[in-house]
Amino acid sequence: MFSYCADPSTLSGLTWLSCYLTTGKHMAFYLSFGTVLLLLAITAPTALFFGYLGATAARSVVAPIRWIGKTYIAIVRGVPDIAFFLFFVIALDQAIEWSRHKILCPEWAESVRQGNDFVVCDAAKMPLGNAPQWIHETYGFFLAVFTFAIVFGAFAANVLFGAMRAVPRAQMETAEAYGMSRRQAFRRIMVPQMWVYALPGLGNLWMVLIKATPLLFLLGVEDIVYWAREMGGSKTTKFTDYPHGDWRMWYFLALLVFYLAFTRVSEIFLERTMTRLTKGQATTGGEAQRKAAA
Amino acid sequence: MSCWQTIQDYGLRAVGIGERLLPKEDFTLCQQFTLIGSGMIWNIYFGVLALLAGFFFATALALGKGSRNIWLRKSSEWFIFLFRGSPLFVQFFFGYFLFLSLKQVFPIFTPFTAAWLGALVVLFLNTSAYTGEIFYGALRSIPKGDVESADAYGFSGWPRFKKIVWPTMLRLAWPAYTNEAIFLFHATALVFFSGFPAWQQRGDALYYANYFADKTFNPFVPYPILAGYFIVLTVVVISVFGLANRRLNRHLPQEARKKLKLKVNVIR
Repeated sequence: MFSYCADPSTLSGLTWLSCYLTTGKHMAFYLSFGTVLLLLAITAPTALFFGYLGATAARSVVAPIRWIGKTYIAIVRGVPDIAFFLFFVIALDQAIEWSRHKILCPEWAESVRQGNDFVVCDAAKMPLGNAPQWIHETYGFFLAVFTFAIVFGAFAANVLFGAMRAVPRAQMETAEAYGMSRRQAFRRIMVPQMWVYALPGLGNLWMVLIKATPLLFLLGVEDIVYWAREMGGSKTTKFTDYPHGDWRMWYFLALLVFYLAFTRVSEIFLERTMTRLTKGQATTGGEAQRKAAA
Repeated sequence: MSCWQTIQDYGLRAVGIGERLLPKEDFTLCQQFTLIGSGMIWNIYFGVLALLAGFFFATALALGKGSRNIWLRKSSEWFIFLFRGSPLFVQFFFGYFLFLSLKQVFPIFTPFTAAWLGALVVLFLNTSAYTGEIFYGALRSIPKGDVESADAYGFSGWPRFKKIVWPTMLRLAWPAYTNEAIFLFHATALVFFSGFPAWQQRGDALYYANYFADKTFNPFVPYPILAGYFIVLTVVVISVFGLANRRLNRHLPQEARKKLKLKVNVIR
């Protein structure tokens, strides 16, 4: 990075550290923070969308749709989420390969499960065996994102379902009195009002989602936990110009600080949004704001 | 090999009793049920001990956070923020590597690098922080009248805390505390995926479920078994806490008693 880094063995103290922290590998480490942020940026809206679908399904008048919605919400309770993460990634991967197998290789006579192996024809491999490395990584990343979205979608569905029920009944009755259909009342009256009831729950969920991101490591993505373990391990002069002992503790300390800062910033941001959303609402919070202003 | 034989061989495998080698091929349903069930021993061990120890520390933390002494208050606040604001998964990693480094200097830390003690310490601190926050919230919502009546009856200091404040705090916090207990049991599944090595393949339920899924490439059998075990464990936790809830609320009129209502389970 810097010009004085040409011969690391002559450096010491802070200059050594500044060179050490700007090596190519460290740049990859810093980029992996971007991976985490990218995961959050994609997962949060997708999970919210799934949650919205789930909550709407759970309120449906058609019984089978309602059952699907309620099962989706209920299924994540009672079981550790990490089990879901580990399960869904393999299950999704196999489901995709299996359906491609059925479409692309209809002449294949043998069973897909042969003893302890899961065998599909070469054309159905996902991604294809000869694909470059980055495609494999991207595919893995998107499987992980989808898994996160499914699991957190169920949580979000639960929150939104509760929020829809919290909208005062009188509001819906008024909408009916004005001659709105069920659908119109839902879209024009309930959905705009439910957010203030949903925000505390969704905010909590966001915090939990932030704290769930290190689990990406278990899904085989090269995220910050992966890099912290890689870089922290003791290195001899044989493998690097910057030999050091076992520094994994310090790397994980850095991760802890990163997460603490991230949660703190989110907390402040959520508080502000809540104040803005409560303005003029028929809740205790809204009432308190009105009194404070008067 | 009959199923009974398998249970004898692998029923206590997670604590190192029985057959040394894990099954390598021709996995039967019975083997999967037995081994994953045997792994649950560790989940229960971590959960119960962390919960018991955490309960007392959490009470101290809640009182510290509510205290007028600035040092006590600030340190409790920071402790709670530290453990609630960061992922348990990273805490496990950090704890493990911290203990590894400490071991180099003080050999007394050697047992802490093993899961049975090191992970227990991390879980204990983590659940103390979460429970401490719950208890603090309950402490602040104790009805003013209760404390005033206690003062009027001449209660003060320790007797007032033990007879009035503490039971009311527990009663108010209990539903949230039940959720926290369920979280904690679920969080124990993380232990063997976070640095702490499973010595001689003695792991928890998820460790064995993952073992089977890796070996058979079939996630559709071991994970549902694991899910079944955890649902049973959750039901047991809920009923035990429900009994305690009944006792805490026994002086209230029937309709004023709060039923335990469970919220979503989310990871931390």
